[in-house]
Amino acid sequence: MQTYFIELSYLLASILFILGLKGLSHPESAKRGMHLAEFGMLMAIIGTLMHHEIVTYTWILAGLAVGSVVGLAMGLWVPMTAMPQRTALSHAFGAFAAALVGISEFYRFGGHLENKVMMGALGFEVMLGALTTTGSLLAFAKLQGLVRGTPMTYKGQNIFNMGLLAVTIGIFVYLVFVPGSMPLFFTMVGLAFVFGLLLVMPIGSADMPVVMSLLNSYAGLASAATGFVLSNKVLIIAGTLDGFSGFILSILMCRAMNRSMTNVLFGAFGSAATATSGGEQEGSMREVGLDDIATQLAYANKVVFVPGYGLATAQAQHAVRELADVLEKRGVTVKYGIHPVAGRMPGHMNVLLAEANVPYSALYELEQINPEFPTTDVAVVIGANDVVNPDARDNPTSPIAGMPILEVDRSKSVVVLKRGQGKGFSGLENPLFFKPVTGMLYGDAKDTLTRLVQAVQHA
Amino acid sequence: MSHETLISALYVFALAAFLGYQVISRVPPLLHTPLMSATNAISGISLVGSIVTAGAQYNTISTILGFIAVVCSTTNVVGGFVITDRMLKMFKRKELVKKE
Repeated sequence: MQTYFIELSYLLASILFILGLKGLSHPESAKRGMHLAEFGMLMAIIGTLMHHEIVTYTWILAGLAVGSVVGLAMGLWVPMTAMPQRTALSHAFGAFAAALVGISEFYRFGGHLENKVMMGALGFEVMLGALTTTGSLLAFAKLQGLVRGTPMTYKGQNIFNMGLLAVTIGIFVYLVFVPGSMPLFFTMVGLAFVFGLLLVMPIGSADMPVVMSLLNSYAGLASAATGFVLSNKVLIIAGTLDGFSGFILSILMCRAMNRSMTNVLFGAFGSAATATSGGEQEGSMREVGLDDIATQLAYANKVVFVPGYGLATAQAQHAVRELADVLEKRGVTVKYGIHPVAGRMPGHMNVLLAEANVPYSALYELEQINPEFPTTDVAVVIGANDVVNPDARDNPTSPIAGMPILEVDRSKSVVVLKRGQGKGFSGLENPLFFKPVTGMLYGDAKDTLTRLVQAVQHA
Repeated sequence: MSHETLISALYVFALAAFLGYQVISRVPPLLHTPLMSATNAISGISLVGSIVTAGAQYNTISTILGFIAVVCSTTNVVGGFVITDRMLKMFKRKELVKKE
């Protein structure tokens, strides 16, 4: 009877999780959907607490308490600009939990699992969990700036990584068919932890959206594997949903950069790649005055803001909304063009602007906003570089050739807000900055935007 | 794991994969960040596995590993849902923004 109740709670949780994710198809249904998923999770946990194999509740309750406190703190106090870092950390936690469950299951069976399928699932769970843990932690360090954001490469790196992976998988296959070797198992786990670090090491900051999605996927797949090991269907379902979600996102991110997954993971973009790009740009960048721009904006019909990661680092999302408000009061149509890989994770810019109270109806995707640029009076690029680089469209030899871009250069006028004359995260020269239609406005974005607000009000 | 259990688990996996693809591909880029935190929170269901490990007293090591796994999974579940809710509250329609 007890088991029946637990199984029913898992079934209910599965249904509610699916409904919860279905709700994410629209901002209005999303909130309700999440509450359903939360209720499902609660039911599953309560149901599990009645499991007959549980002898003592001390450690369980202690763990739940500590986890809740940490989770609550992270959830409430992390600023939206740090969302990518928090997400990377949560991937690490999830993958680590999956790996630990696998290790303890292995230990429980004395390291001797006759059932090949179960050993296979367990090995898969532990390997994937381990590498995702360290990979996500390194991603967190890179995003937080604790470690260099530029790709770290060395000669023969890909061969070494592949070799390491081959050895790890080799041990795994051996353990499936010749069960019982504990030292070998722990070697495999150790190697997987190392591999995770090596995998993420050569990835540059600009490629983070793909890596984040992939790690999200792996963490989910590790949970799905746990489901196979524990014969737990709700785990399989939740893990598969998470796994596929991350996988779909990473494919979308790759398409948005027009690069294949292998190229992103193993191509070390941003280091050797730039050597083959176009030479120095001819012409010069035209610096413009703040008041000129304010006048242009004040008397425009349509203005499109194009945010990039620079908006996040400058914490300028509120300032840009203030400027948008002031312009809208004057009757200017204001829109935002969001490139899929702008920022450090999928949807980063959307969340940042939503936090600043920008209504989501003002946020436009690439395919929607590109046709509007020819009729746009002023396109304001804030801290974005590659996503507006015309070389992707015009120069077939460019490393970013073929990447879909926001075609701001088709606007009547372009203003680029930039901290300085540097080359951005990928190290590529951007011909947009040298075009006659473009004016450069140097300085801290938040500061510049705030002063623009004042200037427009007096225009 | 018996053959029947394995086969039915594979059925579940296959169906979840197809269903997942359908549901996830309908999430707009606008909501990709909450999607990542929500799916991560949901995969925290592995908590149910670690709860049993932490409480069944199989052996000391399993209990310790189980405890750590409970902490990690709970952090993800609580943190993930709190953050997702927080993000979703921020997405407002134009009319509602003007009312403020």
